[in-house]
Amino acid sequence: MDTIQTPRPKTTEIRENVVILFAGDSGDGIQLTGSQFTESNALFGNDVSTFPNYPAEIRAPQGTLAGVSGYQLHFGSVDVFTPGDVCDVLVVMNAAALKANLNKLKHGGTIIANSDGFDTKNLRLAGYPDIENPLTDQSLDNYVLHSVDITKLTRLSLEDTSLGMKEKDRSKNMFVLGFINWMYSRSLERTKLFIENKFKTKPELLDANLKALQAGYNYGDTSETFTTRYEVKPAPMPKGNYRNITGNQGIAIGLIAGAQKAGLELFYGSYPITPASDILHELSRNKHFDVKTFQAEDEIAAICSAIGASYGGALGVTASSGPGIALKGEALGLAFMLELPLVVVNVQRGGPSTGLPTKTEQADLWQAIHGRNGEAPIPVLAASSPTDCFEMAFEAVKLAVEHMTPVILLSDGYIANGAEPWRFPEAKDLRPIKPPFATPRETTDAEGNPLADLETFLPYDRDENGVRPWAVPGMKGLQHRIGGIEKEDKTGNISYDPQNHQLMTRLRAEKVERIADTYRPIRLDSGPESGDVLIVGWGSTYGAIRTATQVLQKEGHSVAHVQLRHMFPFNKGLGGLLKRYKHVLIPEMNSGQLRQLLRAEYLVDAHGLNKVQGMPFTSDEIRVGALNLLNK
Amino acid sequence: MSTLQPAAPAPKKIDYSSDQQVRWCPGCGDYSILKQVESVLAVHGRPKEEIVFISGIGCSSRFPYYLDTYGMHSIHGRAPAIASGMRSVQPNLSVWMITGDGDSLSIGGNHLIHLLRRNVDLNVLLFNNEIYGLTKGQYSPTSPEGAVTRSTPMGSTDHPFNPLALCKGADATFIARSMDRDPKHLREMLLRADAHRGTSMLEIYQNCNVFNDGAFEVFTEKASKAEHTVFVENGKPLLFANGTKGIKLDGMTPVAVDIAAGEASVEDLWVHDERDSFKASILVRLFDDPRQKGALPRPFGVFYVNDRHTHETKMNAQVALAKQKKGPGDLDALLRGENVWTIG
Repeated sequence: MDTIQTPRPKTTEIRENVVILFAGDSGDGIQLTGSQFTESNALFGNDVSTFPNYPAEIRAPQGTLAGVSGYQLHFGSVDVFTPGDVCDVLVVMNAAALKANLNKLKHGGTIIANSDGFDTKNLRLAGYPDIENPLTDQSLDNYVLHSVDITKLTRLSLEDTSLGMKEKDRSKNMFVLGFINWMYSRSLERTKLFIENKFKTKPELLDANLKALQAGYNYGDTSETFTTRYEVKPAPMPKGNYRNITGNQGIAIGLIAGAQKAGLELFYGSYPITPASDILHELSRNKHFDVKTFQAEDEIAAICSAIGASYGGALGVTASSGPGIALKGEALGLAFMLELPLVVVNVQRGGPSTGLPTKTEQADLWQAIHGRNGEAPIPVLAASSPTDCFEMAFEAVKLAVEHMTPVILLSDGYIANGAEPWRFPEAKDLRPIKPPFATPRETTDAEGNPLADLETFLPYDRDENGVRPWAVPGMKGLQHRIGGIEKEDKTGNISYDPQNHQLMTRLRAEKVERIADTYRPIRLDSGPESGDVLIVGWGSTYGAIRTATQVLQKEGHSVAHVQLRHMFPFNKGLGGLLKRYKHVLIPEMNSGQLRQLLRAEYLVDAHGLNKVQGMPFTSDEIRVGALNLLNK
Repeated sequence: MSTLQPAAPAPKKIDYSSDQQVRWCPGCGDYSILKQVESVLAVHGRPKEEIVFISGIGCSSRFPYYLDTYGMHSIHGRAPAIASGMRSVQPNLSVWMITGDGDSLSIGGNHLIHLLRRNVDLNVLLFNNEIYGLTKGQYSPTSPEGAVTRSTPMGSTDHPFNPLALCKGADATFIARSMDRDPKHLREMLLRADAHRGTSMLEIYQNCNVFNDGAFEVFTEKASKAEHTVFVENGKPLLFANGTKGIKLDGMTPVAVDIAAGEASVEDLWVHDERDSFKASILVRLFDDPRQKGALPRPFGVFYVNDRHTHETKMNAQVALAKQKKGPGDLDALLRGENVWTIG
């Protein structure tokens, strides 16, 4: 009898888009697996959107629900705006990862489970009743379950290496990555390059990671259980050059681009805080762009050092998250009073107080707009996606420098860590930025005698936009004193005069109001110019709203979408736009902060759709919210 | 008739005063300090535009308004952070920081110690009057225990800071003390502070004649000064009481000895070495309450000098090194990143 077995032929199915969620212990290398598979898909030409979701603890207790780290990736041959409402595939490294994420898997979805992570100890830690193993008790019959002993297979693939068991087990994520690349018909080349680069100085680990990666890929090829591979064709994206980018990278690059266009040194004062620290990391790697990073002793010193740098003629920037921004409040008032350029980034997270450090929220809008003593209006911008983080960071620099004012840029944990393809611009196409530097002047004649007719330099004399000149220490003939005490109009000298205080309060506010004149006209993201429902979004809700609106429009509803990027001052066309729809719906990851601002400003009966769970909206939640309004 | 060419005009003595009226209380020690600072600026004759004064909040922090240089009167306690940022991008200016005991030791204490450990190149003039003046008379972190003030009617229960010991603990590279009532010494100390590269910490005992008059009387008044102060000079023995007494080290312990009475000879005395870190740590601890019997005299002068690299030197060196290694920043390369794909 012929005993030679040929592998069963594998079929390939085409998929339009796939949502896959990798989950495991926070030490399992889940974030790396997810981000590497994202890169491979993006480079292949898929549109992608991602959602890393991890605990605040660095190594949370192993095997527990609290320690589960997840990375959700949505990739497609069609436009992708969110990481996906529900998953097609769930890859879990242990019982806790399954328990924490099963509700995100669609019915009939695929589970790939590391069976080694479902031993008695893991089941107990995950809290499965009676230590019942879900992989074997038929409770997952509604799904396509592949139970694979990833731990064992990884160890086997590394048998001939001298690594210890612990180190071998660390390569499990590479096995998974190799397997998933097989499953979605991706080449391993780019991942191999990444590994080679990462472990350049550690040949043993390099070898092990490459072996595990290849073993995972081969397992898919040879295992009898997997008969089908999938393929997601490239998305029809606009022509151009693309790269992948996260929101925090976008902000860092946008800040550097802005400083370069303005011809300024970039000084970044910051204190480490989740989820903003990656901006510091990214900037500190780019010192050759005249970037100086200063890890300050606290949040207050971070912003104050940035103010000092701006006073010294550089572009001062600081970033933080809500608790840190609270500490910066007094200094923000000083920067406003001094009328110096300053960019302050708030990568928002769940609050109040320490709140939910690694989860996302949009609850610092009021803080950004109102959070200072006295009347201190400061322009507030909001980025709506990872790529928009670049655009808005660049605009924040432009507004701060050209209008001599602090500017607050709001991002949040969701887009800060999420990635998407970016059709990046060329440097020459970026808008110019012109610092309003004062002109140094001679103060003495050729013989060193003081000029008799020299006029006093007026540091608070304003141009037609209400902007004062930027006179930097070292500039000849322009010595002046500035400070946080109310200053006399034009001279900047201390003044307690009642009329002067009212005048200066008005002049400072008018300067900021005029910034709205520089905005591009307000533009709908999609939908009719008037109709039943206008969904007004701001910040990271963009993708979910855009997806929901497209579905609603396909269903035949009169729904439009506008995404606000200028939270203060508002775009001048906004008031008129709001009045052209029967209903206005404002989805926010807070209890209604923008809604209250719009109601106060435009007397519009806006409805809120509010979610404060540390998690982004799904597009379906927004769709349902709009339908409820339409059915009113 | 002289045929000689007129000589080039001698450099004019620059007037560093601004046109603003000085608004300290009459009799305040700040006037004397302002006068000496102006005089020291004139010694160097540095152009006004190359000088920057940065202050926090408090009586002393009004200082920048009274000089025709660049200046910033910032917010309470934050001058060290502002000055650090400014110095980071302006390595060639002369930067001075004006602060008080409340400003730099209470609300700004954190910034002060980090300024010192980083060794940012600037001169700190710490006006210590052991009281909150601008808020009208509450005790400060340098007020002695038991100080009766408007906020401590039964006497302060807080133990005070020893400011220079704190600075030594933070690895300050220049530590000195002077007083408003000794203009000659103050001027000398200001010159030394200005000459040092790094953070120069000069504590100045300053009399607040309204809320804490006479706090330093025992050190400043003729009748008691000689007995209660020791002016240290590099390479010289620690002598006081007009040379009749001295301080010697008994192991690690400083003790006062009467030279005139033959308790010890000048050769036995502690010889000041301002580069000796360990001895400087002892010197800053000469902090006895002068009201106590047998109190050691309070030292004045330059206690310690160290030439450690400054913060901005290393920061600028890293930028230069990055440029040397990677070339000047190419914005297009940054925008492009490392993994590009083209759709077209």
